[in-house]
Amino acid sequence: MRWAIANGEQILSLTLNHVLIAVPPIILSLVLSVPLGWWAHRHRGARRVLLTGSGILYALPSLPLFVILPVLIGTRILDPINVVVALTLYGIALMVRSCTEAFDAVDPGVRDSAFAVGHSPAQRFWRVELPLAGPPMLAGLRVVSASTLSLVSVGALIGVPSLGYFFTDGYTRSFLTEIMVGIIGTVVLAVVFDALLVAAGRLLLPWVRATDTRKGAA
Amino acid sequence: MSFFLAALAWIADPAHWGGSGGISARLGEHLFYSLLAVALAVVVALPLGLWIGHTGRGRALVIGTSGALRALPSLGLLTFLAVALGVGISGALLPSTIVLALLAVPPILAGAYAGVEGIAPDVVDGARATGLSERQIITGVELPLAVPMVLGGIRSATLQVIATATIAAYLGLGGLGRFILDGLPVRDYPQMLAGAVLVTVLALVVEGLLIVLQRALLTPGIRVATGVEA
Repeated sequence: MRWAIANGEQILSLTLNHVLIAVPPIILSLVLSVPLGWWAHRHRGARRVLLTGSGILYALPSLPLFVILPVLIGTRILDPINVVVALTLYGIALMVRSCTEAFDAVDPGVRDSAFAVGHSPAQRFWRVELPLAGPPMLAGLRVVSASTLSLVSVGALIGVPSLGYFFTDGYTRSFLTEIMVGIIGTVVLAVVFDALLVAAGRLLLPWVRATDTRKGAA
Repeated sequence: MSFFLAALAWIADPAHWGGSGGISARLGEHLFYSLLAVALAVVVALPLGLWIGHTGRGRALVIGTSGALRALPSLGLLTFLAVALGVGISGALLPSTIVLALLAVPPILAGAYAGVEGIAPDVVDGARATGLSERQIITGVELPLAVPMVLGGIRSATLQVIATATIAAYLGLGGLGRFILDGLPVRDYPQMLAGAVLVTVLALVVEGLLIVLQRALLTPGIRVATGVEA
């Protein structure tokens, strides 16, 4: 505890760094996966390619990906951008499946009714299908958030500052307290992010009953 | 792209394959750590998952725990256990196996109970009506029918373990992660990239093999009893 207080400033700045690296991938994976998921939902060929592709993408190990990316996208090898891009790819890999399944789960009867009352395809998407697909998408996004926050720390191995620094530094110094601070910090961030997502869901998807607790299986 | 060519040349160089720090040895170590962890996880999670699927008890608890485990950073857990157990570099296999097995447990559990839950109730009732004991139902009916799903769980567990075993090199263990971590301080990018390519290829090859195995085990009988399409 004393160590944590004495190093409060460092903990704060590394936590901030952790958040800054984690937020763009979480948002980007949602924004990019909705159209991809819609596409996979509508076209059989696209579904096959996208779902297989995302399965393979998720199979790529994170540390190697952090190292391979700079070569592919021309960034410096220790640039934090690599971690952001890699985590966005993982987020998309998880989210495309969630979004596709969310659109699949919309009741065809509801879709037909929307058509029958005169909605154009665009109106049907924005007013009927997207809102109804929202809750399972949110469940998927919560999984993405937790796994992204946990993976950010791996970046510490290639020198990208985050709470993961406490793991490598604590290990070198055989100092348990420091590692504990890193773990607790990461878990607290995950809990806070999850609570924020749930709150955002209540705000943006007010039609969802509070009882909906569908969660993605591991 | 020149980096990639350099990495491929690094892999193709016969001098990098032999010896205790060569590619073959590292590949073997990587597979050994991964297999050990997955085997341990199967021993723990498979019976538990079958039991949950059979009785329907403890499902919520397991889902909650799996979710919480996802938020735990594996690098943190790894360094924490290594320091807490005080085993040093020579005993680093212990903390690394524990962490890797912990990662592998949730997907195997989920595969096992989802596999059992997916079996048509008629099938289980029929087995019960013919006089099979509950134990016989689990081992003789539910386990064989759940095999494809169980294997699916083992597949995602294995992938995660192979990926994360890379990080185990940080504790001073071998495995393909060595190339990445050893190359980093001396800025030997071809070697790092070679390590990255090797782990990725290993993960994809193992994934492919397990998918083939999974398809092969999805017999017509299983398809009827579980309603799973190919």
